[in-house]
Amino acid sequence: MCALIEFRNVCKYYYMGDNTVVAADHVSFTIERGEFVAIVGQSGSGKSTCMNIIGCLDVPTEGTYLLNGADVGTLGKNELAEIRNEQIGFIFQQYNLLPKLNLAENVEVPLMYAGVGKAERRARARKALADVGLDDKWRNRPNQLSGGQQQRVSIARALVGDPSLILADEPTGALDSKTGKEVLAILRSLNEAGRTVVLITHDNSIAAQAQRIIRLADGKVIYDGPVDEPPKGGGSQ
Amino acid sequence: MSVLDSVTMALKNIKTSKVRTFLTMLGIIIGVAAVIVIVGLGNGLQNYVTDSFASLGTNTLNVSVQSRGATRTLKVDDVYAIVEDNSEYLALCSPTASVSGALKIGTETITGSTVSGVSEDYFEIRGYEIAEGRGLVYNDIATCAKVCVVGEYLNRAYFDGEAVGQYLRLGYLRLKIIGVMAQESDDAPESGGTDDCVYLPYSTASRSSGRITGYVITARDEKTVTQSKNALEDALFDYFDSEDYYTVISMSEILSVMTSMIDIMVGVLAGIAAISLVVGGIGIMNIMLVSVTERTREIGIRKSLGAKERYILEQFIIEAATTSAIGGVLGIGFGYVLSAAATKVIELAMDEALIVTPTASAIVLAFGISCGIGVLFGFLPARKAARLNPIDALRYE
Repeated sequence: MCALIEFRNVCKYYYMGDNTVVAADHVSFTIERGEFVAIVGQSGSGKSTCMNIIGCLDVPTEGTYLLNGADVGTLGKNELAEIRNEQIGFIFQQYNLLPKLNLAENVEVPLMYAGVGKAERRARARKALADVGLDDKWRNRPNQLSGGQQQRVSIARALVGDPSLILADEPTGALDSKTGKEVLAILRSLNEAGRTVVLITHDNSIAAQAQRIIRLADGKVIYDGPVDEPPKGGGSQ
Repeated sequence: MSVLDSVTMALKNIKTSKVRTFLTMLGIIIGVAAVIVIVGLGNGLQNYVTDSFASLGTNTLNVSVQSRGATRTLKVDDVYAIVEDNSEYLALCSPTASVSGALKIGTETITGSTVSGVSEDYFEIRGYEIAEGRGLVYNDIATCAKVCVVGEYLNRAYFDGEAVGQYLRLGYLRLKIIGVMAQESDDAPESGGTDDCVYLPYSTASRSSGRITGYVITARDEKTVTQSKNALEDALFDYFDSEDYYTVISMSEILSVMTSMIDIMVGVLAGIAAISLVVGGIGIMNIMLVSVTERTREIGIRKSLGAKERYILEQFIIEAATTSAIGGVLGIGFGYVLSAAATKVIELAMDEALIVTPTASAIVLAFGISCGIGVLFGFLPARKAARLNPIDALRYE
């Protein structure tokens, strides 16, 4: 069986006038199913670019990105949307909940785009909310919740479609350290339950919660290995 | 994702910004209401004109003769002969004679009254009824009797309702009033109206100073008015050997000309009203563009969660269409209220019973157009939303 994520010499260039910005420079790595990987780097290191590509929000300029063995670079917008919908659960720094919808409706959004019927949608959303301990609040709006609770809703939303990959972009960035730890604990328990989790962060202490670290600088992979290796440079908080 | 989901989502969004949505709808509401009222007004006008003409008799043909210069003059007997010869198509006939000389009752001179020399059949042709006394009879015509029938207005205003047996003067003629016509108009009889009239035998009129100016002839059947007209024209052409000395006008032709004129007028006015629908549509487009910018982040989130371009497009188009459809429904209600108000205003201001009647076709059309405008003007903003790059949209603050 093939690896879940395979980057083969992935490059991403941005053209700004006459300048070409190299955001990813021949990045190669493989992530197997069931891993908990942190992609670490300072701003400008190319980690956001990698996240966008892993999340199928963007495609590589050069190189190949295989997700579940499928070459994502050759897919059209609609097929990318389908992959995002079915295979990837996003967790964002700013939670990115829709303010006009209640919690259940927020969690239902991916299922709605997947074409799941109304009754089943609601049942699965309530179940996902229950899994993060927020079932009793499903009628609330996001702005009635604390940051930690909102992030738990976004985790429920990421899980509801049963994706093969959880992609968390600075999930603790907007939270205080205590709630941040809670969120990380949830991610770890998800990983222990067999899910693949990819965590994007600039913070080494948070990256240390993962099993494996891929460190990026200037668009290149400078370290790829287990967490206990001493960090070479990079941010420290 | 089903269309129902999109409509639910659209209604939810509309509910969260009621004032803005209402202001956006206003253009559509006014446009739809304007179209409905204008078409309803045209419809009411149509009914009013048709009713008025029906009371004149749509099966009558008016012949006017300008025989001056012709080699032959058309005599009354000739016309009767023509009617007789074409009895398949033509039924009743009455010459109409103008009368010169002032109308005087007692010492008072009366102006504005219709004074006409007619035959005994004239009342039947026009559908007038005699309320008191008797109408003109053949003998009055044959003997050039100095008699006349007056309308209800003259009866009431100058004879206190007891005109029969009294006299009036017409130039140097002294005419005995032998009958009073039943009231014709729906409102109180007034000077210059249908009830302000004097009818005397045409023979009496033409023997004094009057002149026969034309003929009123009825068609045998209302359905064959055109054939009747053709038959009459053929006979007159045979008589004069030229088209220059007579004209035949049928009331139903005048009615159809009037009807098509009203149709054109209403069409033009409705077209002008429809411009406001277009303006309303542009208003919707404007607000939708603002809304897309405001909701860029929402669009980014939805896209990251797997919304295809089609779903985003659908969502915004349905939102625009729902907005304008609700506007259309409100506009229909508003149009009905305005129609009722217009009917009242016309009744009060002009004393005429013109009922502004919204037509079903106008309502369906206005509603259809308003939905169509929503889709049409929603498309551009929706496409803008659908084409947003998810990464940029997610980063948008």
